[in-house]
Amino acid sequence: MDAMPKWADVVLIPLISLILAATISALVILAIGESPVEALNLMVKGALGSTYGWGYTLYYTTNFIFTGLAVSVAFHSRMFNIGGEGQAMVGGLGVALICLYVPWPHWSLALVGGILVAAIFGAAWAAIPAFLQAKRGSHIVITTIMFNFIAAALLNYLLIGALKPKGSMEPATGKFPEATHLPSFQDMFSFGETALFRGAPANVSFFVAIVACFAVWALIWKTKLGYEIRAFGHSESAAKYAGISPTKIIMISMMISGGLAGMMAINNVQGEAERLVLNAVEGAGFIGIAVALMGRSHPFGVFLAALLFGFLYQGGAELALWTKIPREMIVVIQALVILFTGALNDMVRAPLERVFLAFKRRKRKAA
Amino acid sequence: MDLLTVLQVLDSTVRLATPLLLACLAGLFSERAGIFDIGLEGKMLAAAFLSAAVAYTSGSAWVGLGAGIFASLLLSGIHGLASITFRGNQLISGVAINFLAAGMTVVVAQSWFGQGGRTPQLSGAARFEPITLPFAEALREVPVLGPIYYELISGHTALVYIALLFVPLTWWILFRTRFGLRLRAVGENPAAVDTAGISVVWLRYMAVLICGVLCGIAGAYLATALQAGFVKDMSAGRGFIALAALIFAKWRPWQALYSCLLFGFLQAFALRPDVIQTVVGFKVNGQLLDVLPYILTVIILAGFVGKAVPPRAGGEPYVKER
Amino acid sequence: MTTAPAIELKGISKSFGPVQANKDISIRVMPGTIHGIIGENGAGKSTLMSILYGFYKADAGEIFISGQKTAIPDSQAAIAAGIGMVFQHFKLVENFTVLENVVLGAEDSGLLRPSLARARRELKALADEYELNVDPDAIIEDIGVGMQQRVEILKALYRRADILILDEPTGVLTPAEADHLFRILENLKREGKTIILITHKLREIMDATDTVSVMRRGEMTATVKTSETSPQKLAELMVGRKVSLQVEKSPAQVRDVILDVQNLNVTDEKGVHRVKDVSFNVRAGEILGIAGVSGNGQSELLEVLGGYEKGTGTIIVNGQPIDLTGAKSDGRSRRERGIAHVPEDRQREGLIMDYHAWENVAFGYHHDPKYQNGMFMNNAAIKADTVEKMERFDVRPPDPRLAAKSFSGGNQQKIVLAREIERNPDLLLIGQPTRGVDIGAIEFIHQQIVALRDQGKAILLVSVELEEILALSDRIAVMFDGRMMGERLPQDTDEKELGMMMAGMNKGEAA
Repeated sequence: MDAMPKWADVVLIPLISLILAATISALVILAIGESPVEALNLMVKGALGSTYGWGYTLYYTTNFIFTGLAVSVAFHSRMFNIGGEGQAMVGGLGVALICLYVPWPHWSLALVGGILVAAIFGAAWAAIPAFLQAKRGSHIVITTIMFNFIAAALLNYLLIGALKPKGSMEPATGKFPEATHLPSFQDMFSFGETALFRGAPANVSFFVAIVACFAVWALIWKTKLGYEIRAFGHSESAAKYAGISPTKIIMISMMISGGLAGMMAINNVQGEAERLVLNAVEGAGFIGIAVALMGRSHPFGVFLAALLFGFLYQGGAELALWTKIPREMIVVIQALVILFTGALNDMVRAPLERVFLAFKRRKRKAA
Repeated sequence: MDLLTVLQVLDSTVRLATPLLLACLAGLFSERAGIFDIGLEGKMLAAAFLSAAVAYTSGSAWVGLGAGIFASLLLSGIHGLASITFRGNQLISGVAINFLAAGMTVVVAQSWFGQGGRTPQLSGAARFEPITLPFAEALREVPVLGPIYYELISGHTALVYIALLFVPLTWWILFRTRFGLRLRAVGENPAAVDTAGISVVWLRYMAVLICGVLCGIAGAYLATALQAGFVKDMSAGRGFIALAALIFAKWRPWQALYSCLLFGFLQAFALRPDVIQTVVGFKVNGQLLDVLPYILTVIILAGFVGKAVPPRAGGEPYVKER
Repeated sequence: MTTAPAIELKGISKSFGPVQANKDISIRVMPGTIHGIIGENGAGKSTLMSILYGFYKADAGEIFISGQKTAIPDSQAAIAAGIGMVFQHFKLVENFTVLENVVLGAEDSGLLRPSLARARRELKALADEYELNVDPDAIIEDIGVGMQQRVEILKALYRRADILILDEPTGVLTPAEADHLFRILENLKREGKTIILITHKLREIMDATDTVSVMRRGEMTATVKTSETSPQKLAELMVGRKVSLQVEKSPAQVRDVILDVQNLNVTDEKGVHRVKDVSFNVRAGEILGIAGVSGNGQSELLEVLGGYEKGTGTIIVNGQPIDLTGAKSDGRSRRERGIAHVPEDRQREGLIMDYHAWENVAFGYHHDPKYQNGMFMNNAAIKADTVEKMERFDVRPPDPRLAAKSFSGGNQQKIVLAREIERNPDLLLIGQPTRGVDIGAIEFIHQQIVALRDQGKAILLVSVELEEILALSDRIAVMFDGRMMGERLPQDTDEKELGMMMAGMNKGEAA
């Protein structure tokens, strides 16, 4: 029998974890000498109070949707993909290469090209750790951490060397040609005199991310492959009984995961920066972990959690501007979310199960 | 290339290897007991901050050291609670601790010192000063051995010598004491320990505690000896290099020393492109040297250079089997 | 003055939920004897010993050690009371030496070397005295299971155990190693140690023990002097003379050979030879029942046939050999060859406990075109199929959306059975079809198996329940120690003979 109803598992536990994380964060803010309520107000105003704010919030959200989906897909096959950061970097490399060296006639084609290449590059970066896990038993967490560092070094090397335009001092590529520039929200939603989302980086990739949510949902719950991935994630022994190949599942799920992380690059590299810079990913790969955990590895949950973190990011930027609270406060919140939803899961779950059990017993007695 | 340059590079090697060594030994204790710890980075960072902050305010590097150890123990405690008592996912816990440290150090630093997330520069007794070993000055002129003694062996801060002493100490604890035997056993087969009537939980908490202390020293070293104060993200991935060194060393203390020296050497080497040019004959990218530890670790893990078998019960919470 | 028993248990009872593993057990084990405890699977032997070693607390009853009432709340108390246990699955640290394993937990002080030195001396003395030869500096993972077991015994002796409990000790030993073990036990007995030997093997009981207690279904059915009994009597006590389970079935209409197994050998990943040169066949329209206590190779046999374990030999299905080691040696290929499989462990293999019932109905057959709809799986079709199956197999509650873990054991099994049977396989493999299944469902499941056989299918039935084997099978084979002990027709044999074969003895040998 289920210890507690499905809704409690899916909604209540992340909610309680969030409240715990928020409470501790509020205490920290208090300790710094700022008012948590004030801070919250500022964040809401800065992130959601204007189209400019929304433009930033949704831009960050887009990043986190991709990386959150990436970690989620891997979680479904019981693989912990910490390598999203590196996979997103390498995805960015792919995007830069095709934007700089392929003469695209129109942005829509450049977008499709970008999606494909970013996904392929990201998938390739995840493939080696996946292979080593499947065939040699090398722990995927350690290898993907290592690959994050290797990716950073690779990007560094290329951006200081081969990809840097002559005469430039900055470790970055040149600007992408006009034809590859993706329409921003400002371009898409400003009519006549009013310029909405002015200056904000949110762009058409947001909608690609939404489509990705649906695609992942369909893949995991509606296709044969998704069925096999989930089965393997639940029980390797049962999967073998049913003729599902562990190697195949590990490889495919990790490559899809890597591909999704790589696709983030169409947002930050192609959509926003319009060139490849050092540290373009800025920790989004790691936030994907928090997002996937909060969203319970379900695309809808990932979307909501990504929205939450987008809000935290933009709100955090505002806080840093107007108060003594530095941007790093967001990293603290992110850490607490990961801690409570991921590692201290039992701490939240066990008392909750007892509460529900007590309710059930009381109901039964009354009946 | 003359002896002096060689000694300078080797000298750097030792100084750069020290934090790696301390973090590596920290990870050794934890992982040998079956608790995976990828949060070495976070603990070092937290310790670096608190040690620098307290060293500044108190004027004493040793008091700072104590504070650094405290900070690291705090995070160790969280990791232990999550991994042992609540049987949570040890890897996720480690990730969370790294972020917690990365965020909190800057937040608190900014709040206390208002300098954009760093502590003020440390000077005087708030820093660990190099120690001149006896007769170093006198022996300096002796050909070959003199400079070696003066440049390479003497003149390090106290923590370097302490770190080096920890290697035989760790070996002795693990392989010559009852505690060490039980600790190693609990990481391989906790059921064997349990059926012998020994507390698995107690042993694992002890390991996590020792890990916290060593990471604390590592972090304090970074901020109060190697450098002069805390800056944001100053651990710079050393916790992960230490993890790589641990795997490279196949979880053994003396090998940990060698692999940390190797990785420290790569770091020192990367800082001297002129030397690289002279030795190898062509320009080797400093980045390649920086990334070599990580590539080597993947190769080890792939089993291409012998088998790197982690403690058998590593990463799994212990549930009594019936 | 009469000697107090080394161990006396009075009225020990223990339940796990609705299952009563030990019912009011009383037993006396005299010092300086080898006392055997024999019984089938699920008789309650392991539970009883776990209580004695402090793993479980009995619900009722008392324990007396050498006449003194003793509480045993944990293993430390058991060790202090002089009880040492040699587990079926060794509790050794694989990369430690023999010496380190012996000393672990019994060190003299904080410093290791003195403890190791003393242990080395003691081990030498013990080895000389009892023939317990080990190499103290050998690493556990390098030595064979025979020596590993001796290490376990030494561990107990080093801790001054006077009472030694061995749980199915010869399961992983070669005959030579087993002989050596029994010599050691004799030596220990000579020195006044008390030995409790838990086994399902009759030969061991007859050859090595002084007294034997028989357990059946949680109860102690008898305790007799070994010299005053016989294998037949023990077998009868072990399996019981029950009213035979009656299953309505007409005589078999047997046709072609569907499954032909020749010289099958399976070695597990620890290098233990589990299936030893087994050959048999199954024809269309018949049920071949393989009887035997679990752990004698039946599981590995099923796993190889099911496609998720490797083996060597020849297996021919419907005239064509099946792949035993290559790319096509997986569960999917087996299913495509018309082999369906109801596995022994439905929770770890047959079902995904967190999947809905309808998802489980497609498990293993999720490639079936009728379950697909273009790019996606046709969940509606699977659900409809599930509803039908649930109705036909009387699964309760008939809700396809419930998770598998929410169904009772019997209903879980019905889901698996429905899935496999309705595939219309040529060969159906079934392991422990009614384990953990309530009475009402048992009858239904048996009827389904017979119905399938009447449709002309070949059925390979593996079960530890002798009644079930006798009631359902058209032919019976017995597996013991990885080999086929022989084949019988149900009308030509009975529980006694089968019980003896399951315990390793042929009729002729027992006389």
